[in-house]
Amino acid sequence: MENCNFQELDSIIEKYRDKSGNLIPVLHEVQNKVGYLPMDVQKYVAAKLKVPFSKVYGVVTFYSFFSTTPKGKHTIGVCLGTACYVKGVEGIVEKIKEELEIETGGTSNDGRFTMTITRCLGACSMAPVMMIDEKVYGQLTPEKIPDILDKY
Amino acid sequence: MLININHRQYEAQPGQTILDIARANGIEIPTLCHHPALSIAGACRMCVVECDNRLVASCTTPARDGMEILTDSKRVIGGRKTILDLILSDHPLDCMTCEANGDCKVQDLAYQYDLRESSFGSKRESRFSIRADNPFLEVDPDKCILCGRCVRVDHEIQCSYAIDFVHRGFDSIVGTPFEEGLDGDNSTCVFCGQCVEMCPTGALTYKPSKGKGRDYEFQKIVTTCPYCGVGCQLELHVKDNKVIKVGSVYQVGSPNPVGETCVKGRFGYGYVNHEDRLTTPLIKRNGQFEEVSWDEALDYVAQKLIQIKEIYGSKAIAGFSSAKCTNEENYVMQKFIRAVVGTNSVDHCARLCHASTVAGLARAFGSGAMTNSIGEVEESDVIFVIGSNPTENHPVIGSKIKRALKKGAKLIVADPREIELTGLADVAIYQQPGTDVALVNGLMHVIIQEGLYDQTFVEERTVNFELLESIVAGYNPEKVSAITRVPAKDIIRAARLFASANKGSIYYAMGITQHKTGTDNVLSLANLAMLTGNLGRESTGVNPLRGQNNVQGACDLGALPNVYPGYQAVNLPENKAKFEKAWGTQLSDDIGLTVVEILNAAGKDIKGLYIMGENPVLSDPDQNHVIAALESLDLLVVQDIFLTETAQYADVVLPAASFAEKNGTFTNTERRIQRVRKAIDAPGQSRYDWEIICDLAQRMDYAMSYDSAAEIMEEIAELTPIYGGIHFDRLEGTGLQWPCSSREHQGTKFLHQGQFTHGKGKFHTVSYIPPAEEPDSEYSYLLMTGRMLYHFHTGTMSRRSPAIDQYEPDAYVEINLADAKRLGIEDGERVRVTSRRGEVETYARVGERVQEGQLFMPFHYAESPANRLTNPVLDVIAKIPELKVSAVKLEKVNM
Ligand code: SF4
Ligand code: SF4
Ligand code: SF4
Ligand code: FES
Ligand code: FES
Repeated sequence: MENCNFQELDSIIEKYRDKSGNLIPVLHEVQNKVGYLPMDVQKYVAAKLKVPFSKVYGVVTFYSFFSTTPKGKHTIGVCLGTACYVKGVEGIVEKIKEELEIETGGTSNDGRFTMTITRCLGACSMAPVMMIDEKVYGQLTPEKIPDILDKY
Repeated sequence: MLININHRQYEAQPGQTILDIARANGIEIPTLCHHPALSIAGACRMCVVECDNRLVASCTTPARDGMEILTDSKRVIGGRKTILDLILSDHPLDCMTCEANGDCKVQDLAYQYDLRESSFGSKRESRFSIRADNPFLEVDPDKCILCGRCVRVDHEIQCSYAIDFVHRGFDSIVGTPFEEGLDGDNSTCVFCGQCVEMCPTGALTYKPSKGKGRDYEFQKIVTTCPYCGVGCQLELHVKDNKVIKVGSVYQVGSPNPVGETCVKGRFGYGYVNHEDRLTTPLIKRNGQFEEVSWDEALDYVAQKLIQIKEIYGSKAIAGFSSAKCTNEENYVMQKFIRAVVGTNSVDHCARLCHASTVAGLARAFGSGAMTNSIGEVEESDVIFVIGSNPTENHPVIGSKIKRALKKGAKLIVADPREIELTGLADVAIYQQPGTDVALVNGLMHVIIQEGLYDQTFVEERTVNFELLESIVAGYNPEKVSAITRVPAKDIIRAARLFASANKGSIYYAMGITQHKTGTDNVLSLANLAMLTGNLGRESTGVNPLRGQNNVQGACDLGALPNVYPGYQAVNLPENKAKFEKAWGTQLSDDIGLTVVEILNAAGKDIKGLYIMGENPVLSDPDQNHVIAALESLDLLVVQDIFLTETAQYADVVLPAASFAEKNGTFTNTERRIQRVRKAIDAPGQSRYDWEIICDLAQRMDYAMSYDSAAEIMEEIAELTPIYGGIHFDRLEGTGLQWPCSSREHQGTKFLHQGQFTHGKGKFHTVSYIPPAEEPDSEYSYLLMTGRMLYHFHTGTMSRRSPAIDQYEPDAYVEINLADAKRLGIEDGERVRVTSRRGEVETYARVGERVQEGQLFMPFHYAESPANRLTNPVLDVIAKIPELKVSAVKLEKVNM
C-alpha cells in the first residue's frame, strides 16, 4: 500500500473499538481516507477488529459503496433502467468506454473517471441519463459525450 | 402446550419450532438450509407450511399454543414447487455427471415434486467457474443454492472462518477473500471437509473420490479414526474393497458429535489401499528379503525365539507393542511377551509421549489419564493450554476450545511457539523450552501469595500443602521471569486469571511430557489444578491430550513393563498370582525395560526384539544409535502394514491388517472405548495382529487362540477391573468410558468426583532443573520437535495418503526471521541442522512462529528425520526422552 500508512487507520479503528456493528462504519471511514479498500487494508482492519478476513471481504463486496479497486476522481453512473434502455443508452455506454478506454466498473488510466452502471435514476423523462458525481446529464447522444467529459 | 399438525394434536415445548415438533413426530417437511446442529438461517423457504392460513417457514417459526399447521396442503405444495422452480432456474441440469447424484437434496426434491426443468427456463451456460486448486475440495458455484450451511459449519463448528458469502445479488457466491481460493495465501481453511458434508448439493465435493462411485454404490461402515487420540467417529464409504471416502457421523455423545474431523481423518485414508502394503511374510536372506509362507515365517520366528530363550534366558527378548493397534491386539501382545516369552520387557511409544503423564498423574491422583471428557471443554470458563497445539495435533478439540471462547471462556496459552491459539489467548506466554516447572511454580506462588487458592478443596481433598507452599515460596515472578523469559506481569496476570476460574481446565501434551523433567512438569500441573480446586467437577481437570489413536488403550492393556492390564503392578504378589492363574503359567515379577532402555541394551542384554506396528527408526531419539541397536540384534521381527524404515532392518517381516480391515476397539484420550469395525478385506496374505501372535504362541507350545476380538475383550474384562464392564455388545453407539467395572456400570465421564482414586490428592514438590542440553557457542540454537496438522507421527500412513502428501510434501524447519536474516537464509532454501548426534538437511520455513534462537522441526519425514538430532537423555521416573530440547547448529546449504 503506497498511499496510506496503517497508523493513520488506527485512529479510525480505535474510535469504534468494542462497539458492536463497527465493521461497516470503520470500512466507510477507512475508504474515505484511502480511497478504496485493497487487500492489505482489509486484512489490517480484520486483524485489528478481530473479525475474520472472509467476513470483511464479504461485507466489502456486498455493499456497492465499497470498492476494492482505486476509484477515479469522478464517478460516472450511466442509467440502465428500462426507459433509458429503450432510448438507446447502450450507445452512450459504448461511447464512454471508447473515449476513456475502460470497461464497466473500471477506472480510466489517468485516474479521472470510474464508470459504473446504475438502476433507474428517477429522471426517465430525460432519458437516456447519466450522472457524474452529483450532476445529472439528460437527453444524451453519443456525440455529446466528449464535451461533457472534457469539463472534468 | 399443544399444537395441531395436519388435524392431529401434538405436545410442544416452549422454544421448539414447528419443524422441531414435526420432525420429532415423524412428519416429513423438506428443508435445504436447516441443520439441527447449526444456527437457523431461514434462507431457503423450502420448509414452508401453512400456519393459521399463512405460509411460514417452519424452521424459523416458534410453536404457539393452539396453532393450526398444514404440512402438505395444496398451497404448501404449490409454494415449495415455486421455490424449487426458482432454484432450478439457476441450477445446471447436470445430474448425469454430478458427484452428488444420489446424495443431493435438490435432486431429491425435483424428483419428489416432479420438476424436470424450470418453468423460467434452464441454466444452460455456467455463470461461474469451477475452483479446484487444492487436492481436497472442488467448488462449483453454479450448483450452489446459497443455503449457507457450509458457511455456518465453518463458522460455528469448525471455527475456521475460511469462507463467507461474497459479492451481492445475482453474483453472490460462497467464497474466499479476493477469490484466492481455499488454499490461497490468506486462507484459513484447514480442509476438514465439514462444509462438504453439510452441502445439500454438488456445489462442494471431494476431489480424491471424484468419479469413483455414487453414494448408493457405497457400503458405509462406522469406525474410529486411526490417527490421533481424539477418536473421531468416521463413516468409511467402501466400494470394491476400497475405501473411497470418509463421511461424517452425527452422534450425540461422540467425541465429534457434529461429524467433525480434521484433514487426516477426512483425507488420510489413502494408505489403506496403497500399493506399498505388505502382502506376504518376508525373511531376509543374504541381505535380501524373500517372500515366504506363513508357516515358514512363523516356524522360523518361533524357533529363533526359543533358541534365544534357551541360550540367554527370557530377559534377552523384548517386545514393542503398538499404540496404533487395537486394545485386543495390545492385550495379546503383552500376554505373549509375559506368558510365552516370560519377561516384562514390553513397552510401546507411550514411552515417547505420555509416560510422564501416566507416572505423574498416578502419583498425584492415583490414575494416569485425562480426568475429564473432551466435550466438557466447551463449558469451561478459563482454559489453560500449555505445551499443546490442539488446532494442529488434536484439531477437533482445537475447534471446541475456539467454541468455548465464543461462549465467553478466557484462554491462557503457554507455548514457546506462536501457535494458532496464541493469537486467541487472553494471556499469551512464551516460556523458554524446558522451563515449565518454574513457570507453573511461579503461577502457584502468585496464587498462594494473593490468597487466591481454593482453601476448602486443599483442606478437604489433598495432603502435603505445606510442602508445596514452602517450595513455591522460592518462585516469585521476578525469579521465574529470569528463568522462563516471560515478563513478570504476564505470570501474575495468568495466575490471577486461572485462579478466578469457576471451571478451570488444563490441557497439555508433549510440550510438557517430552522432557527430562516430564514427570515433574505433569506433577506441577496436577498441583496447580488441586490448588485451585479444579478437579472432580465437569469442565475442569488435568487433561493430557494423547497423541495416538490408541495410546491410551495400549497403556490400559498393560503394554508397559511395570504393569499388567489395568495398571496392576507386576511386582505385587497378588497381581502376579492372579495373572499366573488366568494365563496358566509362571510369570516374572521383575519390572521390564522401557523402549529406550531396550534399544540401549540391544546386542548386549537384549538379543531378540519383536516390534508390532512401531517405527523407532523415525520416532525414537538419536536415529544413528537406534539403527546401530537394531543392527546388533540376533533377531528382529517387525509386524506392520508397510515395509517401514524400521522393517528394513528386520530379519523377518510379518504383514498385518490395517484398521479398516479388522474388528476391535480403540480407547481415545478421554478413556472412551470405541469400536473399530472391519470395512474391507486385508490385502494378500496379511492377517490380524492378534491372530499372528496367537499362531506364534501355539508354535512356542502355549495354547492361545481366540475366535474374535470380542472374545479377547471378554478375557480383558475378566482380568482388568477398569475394563470390567466392557463387552462388545455394549459398545454400539458412543462406547463406554473407563473406569467401567461391571455390566451395569455406565462408565465414567470425569474422574475424581468426591475423592481421588487413591483417596486424597497428593501435592508433590518439584523444583526447576534446566534441560540436559542448552545452546552453547557451537550448538547455538535450541531445537524443538513435534507434529504438524497434515501429517502424523512417522508418516507411514499420512505420507501414503496422496491428497495430503501432495498438499504438504516436504520436510521443513521453522526459523525466526531475524536468525534467517543473519544467516542469509531465505524461505524455502535448503539448510543443514546438526546436533551432537547427527545432521539433517531440510527446507527453511522462515517466519515468526518460533522465537529467535529457537527452531522447530516436525518429525514425520524419513528424508529429513528430526529424530536423528534429538537427545535420548531420559526422565528418571518415566524414562521418557527429552525430545523437546536439543542444542543444534544451523547452516545454509550451498547448492
Ligand atoms: S474445509 Fe473446513 S475449514 Fe475449509 S472451508 Fe470447509 S469447513 Fe471451513
Ligand atoms: S456451497 Fe453448498 S452448502 Fe454452501 S451455500 Fe452453496 S449449496 Fe449451501
Ligand atoms: S486425527 Fe484426530 S482430530 Fe483428526 S479426525 Fe482423526 S481423531 Fe479426529
Ligand atoms: S430508466 Fe434511466 S432514469 Fe429511469
Ligand atoms: S429450511 Fe427453513 S428456510 Fe431453509
